[in-house]
Amino acid sequence: MFRFFIAIFIFIVIALPSQAHAKHDGEHIYLQNCVSCHGYDGNGGMGIPLSLPDFLATASNDYLVKTIRVGRPGRVMPAFKNLSDNEVDMLISYIRSWSDTIPPKYSKKPVDGDAVHGKQVYLDHCAECHGASGNGGKGTGVTMSRPRSQPILAPALNNRGFLISASDEMIKNTLIKGRKGTPMKSYLKEGLSEQDINDVVAYVRSFESRAAAIEETSEDEPAVIIKESPYSVEETVTNLTNAVGSMNFRLIRVQNLDSGLTEESKEDKKQVIVYSCNFNILNEALKLDPRVGLFLPCRITVSQQGDKVLVMYANPKRMNEIYNNSELDSMCTEMKTVYEDMIDEALL
Amino acid sequence: MRIYHKALVSLLLIFLALPVSAVADDLIMRRIGMTFPETMSALQSSIVEEGYKVSRVQRVDIGLTSSGYNTAEYRIVFFMREDVLHDIVKKHPELIPFLPLKITIFAERSETLLVTLNPMKLAEFFPDLEMQKTFAQWNEEVNRIVDRVQAE
Repeated sequence: MFRFFIAIFIFIVIALPSQAHAKHDGEHIYLQNCVSCHGYDGNGGMGIPLSLPDFLATASNDYLVKTIRVGRPGRVMPAFKNLSDNEVDMLISYIRSWSDTIPPKYSKKPVDGDAVHGKQVYLDHCAECHGASGNGGKGTGVTMSRPRSQPILAPALNNRGFLISASDEMIKNTLIKGRKGTPMKSYLKEGLSEQDINDVVAYVRSFESRAAAIEETSEDEPAVIIKESPYSVEETVTNLTNAVGSMNFRLIRVQNLDSGLTEESKEDKKQVIVYSCNFNILNEALKLDPRVGLFLPCRITVSQQGDKVLVMYANPKRMNEIYNNSELDSMCTEMKTVYEDMIDEALL
Repeated sequence: MRIYHKALVSLLLIFLALPVSAVADDLIMRRIGMTFPETMSALQSSIVEEGYKVSRVQRVDIGLTSSGYNTAEYRIVFFMREDVLHDIVKKHPELIPFLPLKITIFAERSETLLVTLNPMKLAEFFPDLEMQKTFAQWNEEVNRIVDRVQAE
């Protein structure tokens, strides 16, 4: 009997990984982790079009592995630390299956260039798309963010994730060959010399010293801001609805927390949500990142807890971290101030 | 010998229970190869199938277009279990701003995207709350909801 159990155990230990392998093949991993942003056929959307032959011809496997692992801090692409090395390999094999191009291999040796001269060349030829400081194009690229005729947003060359992932030689190769199907031209054909290109690479590499400083952490911010109201729930809600108007927000609705879940007559009238919206701010936020709807409409909750009336909201400055989109930073700061002002006015 | 058997069976059960691949993203996102109306219908059915009740659908696109802005279809689906909500209100009011749970649904041409907060992120926001099992359960349920829609 004991041997029988041992045999079953060994069989399952051996058999399960192969089942897992079949289930978690590259396509499955892609569908779970990448398809939302990069599209079913890798045509892009919020993320870049991975299936572009010229992208796959210039991106090495090392670049793809590092990009998956490190992501692009502040530029939406998350770091997929949860995937095993084997899963990352299967994922890359799947992405490679879209094109017959042979994956390039690059030396890790730095390119010898003059960053001072490279800066001038960069400003003349690259800054228009990539920004003077290498900040890249704006927006995340989904339908509402930009015209679909534009296949790709210029990458942020000053991004720590990019600088870790791209070797000097890969950047140089991209500058020399360009990428068909994107606005990235071959700068050799555009008249730059190989030395000019080396100098640009040296300048782009010099962004590295500033890259870490660009990232900010929001972890010190509390996830929820809670204040105590000196008024009753009803008075607090009335004051809030008045404050909403004075902040140029439109009152969307006032509802009990359990509305739609409980029979109307049995709803808890001491847990109330005040929803409001400024459609101009909303429209701007959706241009930057269509995923922000997760915290829409603007919401302040009034909750009776014992003899206390609490006023609370999810802190936009903390919620920002889930989007990994630094373009939302200033808007989240602005929204936190709006919430604070609304509540301060209501609790006066 | 019986002890060995029990130990072996326990080991086997633990092994089988281990997730093959844990996903720990802050957002749960799915691209659905269906139009917006089809996806919306499938999403609501999937939510109900998981034992939740849809409490409201916020029509963000209607608000935007009535204010003069162009937008594709963009809605937010709120859902929750009533008893769980009432229990949390009593025990963990700091979680109220995150409830009911919700999934954002928006069109991208002929496809549709679903986005929601990974409930495990709440465990990071509130590490001291005795809610970690609930967050993990929500995570499993929400993943099942969107996976079912994607599989249609």
